[in-house]
Amino acid sequence: MTFLAAIPSELIHIVIGMVAIMAFVGIHVLVLVYAERKGAGHIQRRPGPFEVGPHGILQPLADAGKLIGKQLFTPTNADPILFWMAPVLAVFPVLLLFVPMPFGPVVTVQEVNLGLLLILAFAGIGVLSTMLAGWASNNKFGLLGAARTVSQSVAYEIPLLLAVLCIAFQKGSLNLSTIVEGQGSWPWQWNIVTQPLAFLIFLVCAFAETNRAPFDLPEAESELTAGFHTEYSGMGFGMFFMAEYANMVVVSGVCTALFLGGWKGPGIDGVWWFMIKVYALLALFIWVRWTYPRVRFDQLLNINWKWLIPLATLNLLGTVFLMKVF
Amino acid sequence: MHYEQLGVTEGDFYNRNFEKGAREDTMILNLGPQHPATHGVLRVIVELDGEYVIRAEPVLGYLHRMHEKMGEVKTLSQFIPNTGRIDYGHALGWNWAFVGAVERLAGFEVPERAQYIRVITTEINRITSHLLWWGAFTLDLGAITPIMYAFDDREHLLDILQMPTGSRLTHSSFRIGGVCTDLSEKFIETVRDFIPKMRERLPMYRDLVTDNVILRKRLEGVGVMDADMCRRYGVTGPVARGSGLAYDVRQAEHFPIYEGLDWQVAVRTEGDSMARYLVRMDEMEQSLNIIEQALAALPAGPVLMKNAPKVLWKAPKGESYFAVEGARGKIGVHLVSNGGEFAYKVKLRSPCFSNLSAYAEAARGTILADAVAILGSLDLVIPEIDR
Repeated sequence: MTFLAAIPSELIHIVIGMVAIMAFVGIHVLVLVYAERKGAGHIQRRPGPFEVGPHGILQPLADAGKLIGKQLFTPTNADPILFWMAPVLAVFPVLLLFVPMPFGPVVTVQEVNLGLLLILAFAGIGVLSTMLAGWASNNKFGLLGAARTVSQSVAYEIPLLLAVLCIAFQKGSLNLSTIVEGQGSWPWQWNIVTQPLAFLIFLVCAFAETNRAPFDLPEAESELTAGFHTEYSGMGFGMFFMAEYANMVVVSGVCTALFLGGWKGPGIDGVWWFMIKVYALLALFIWVRWTYPRVRFDQLLNINWKWLIPLATLNLLGTVFLMKVF
Repeated sequence: MHYEQLGVTEGDFYNRNFEKGAREDTMILNLGPQHPATHGVLRVIVELDGEYVIRAEPVLGYLHRMHEKMGEVKTLSQFIPNTGRIDYGHALGWNWAFVGAVERLAGFEVPERAQYIRVITTEINRITSHLLWWGAFTLDLGAITPIMYAFDDREHLLDILQMPTGSRLTHSSFRIGGVCTDLSEKFIETVRDFIPKMRERLPMYRDLVTDNVILRKRLEGVGVMDADMCRRYGVTGPVARGSGLAYDVRQAEHFPIYEGLDWQVAVRTEGDSMARYLVRMDEMEQSLNIIEQALAALPAGPVLMKNAPKVLWKAPKGESYFAVEGARGKIGVHLVSNGGEFAYKVKLRSPCFSNLSAYAEAARGTILADAVAILGSLDLVIPEIDR
């Protein structure tokens, strides 16, 4: 047993944490796939998956089995290294995003005092994977999708950052746990009350950053067939799929921590409040996706450059001004 | 290897002969023949500058089924099922155009009840066609849910149409000199029940989909086709009526039953995709009006004229042209007979063919997403283009 004791406890902590994150992400992707398909079904007046297991509850496992069983296909003239690097690059940064996530008062993998910065930094790598996927697959639809991704994600990161900065200024910290600590249990004590505009901007940017409808332009089915992942089959596609859902969980988690009081709520604080709020936001994501048409690309960028960035800047300046005065 | 020996580098005939513009940095993209936005096997070769469409050229012929030739080797009655398969969306319109041409050639008088039945079933078919377009078009715009609602209503209407026509999609129930079956009591009852239900659904569609701000921004001012352009290309139907041309064959050619009914030709003057959209939505309402009034005025009597032609009947020598208002525009059949049981020539005037020809000009200079929206707003049924 002595050699175990020689391992630094921080390392054990991180390893256990990463394993827990992978399990968490895996389970939640499965749950979300089921929730999305069932939600889509009920919005569209059909029962959704119903065959595999009671009420189709094993459908995500069947989906995963199908994806794993499929042949991995590399198109001719594609760059095989970059082509297969892209899906891996899509998933792994997302896992890191869960490290500073404040699930509960003590339930955090690693409390990082720059947690918010870490999340924003690693979230940027997701763009790279999408761009690589579109570029390396040597497909014109993929290329168009990649071009859309880059301009969309880069543009929407600015107002996202500005909205997040408002909270960081207000609470004087980049540590997500501290930001949650600074909010009360009741809804009127949450940051959404003091920063409603920042919340709205964050939410719109979240839709754009996760490539969800109505901002799903990089994969816009009716225009670009499947956009950047046109050429991916089997688990190559499956990993992009996983990354999309994991990204949704991250964005909802950050939104909950920043604006909705994190693990705090009426009654007993704890992980359940965090998860309830995250799932409420995820339900919103699903609801919006199956309800709205897709915006056009120039409109998407117009919303950003003409509305969100000026509004977010004004909001930030206003916050700073008020903090200086009071 | 084989292609390289021939000195061919890439693509097929159309790619290689696609005239690129003066610029070197453009990209040529094949939309179709397998592409989600073309709803079938239409192929559009697009020259792109980033997202901007510099040139768009439709390539036809992937679904050519020789219907016109088949008209020459089948007897006139045998050709009726073919007409139902030219445009699967509005099969009865084509039925009517063909039997109408034969009747005009032979000078037949169709019994009044049969004429009413034709009006009722064709209008129901028009609604199903518009519902199909509505669902597919919103799908093009990225809204995935409306098609499920549209198909819900369409399903009821197909059940209704099944009663007199016997089929759900490729109807061929019109006969030379009438229709094949009379309307049952159950049919009349079901349609009477359905009309108010459908009238409730249309405002819901307006609230949920038509008034959606994203949809309006995607369609308003997109793909503007003015009246002059429509005339130049021979564009008809809802597309022309969206451009302010109040041309409806039902009214313009003084169709006997329609004359006596109270209905309006839906017209919009904007000429953009939204106008075409709204014209079709209005037409569904007008069709409901027509069906309701025609049902109320349905006279008694035979549904097929006496001595209706049999299979080997020989049409008189001569030629005739008959046009009806299909869901997509003017359906015309030009029939030439040299006195035999076969037609000498059947020329089918397909509205989608003319409407598509305007596409290249309408799509020029738009964004790729708009080009897809314009393609959808023309309501193309690919089998009808190629015939």
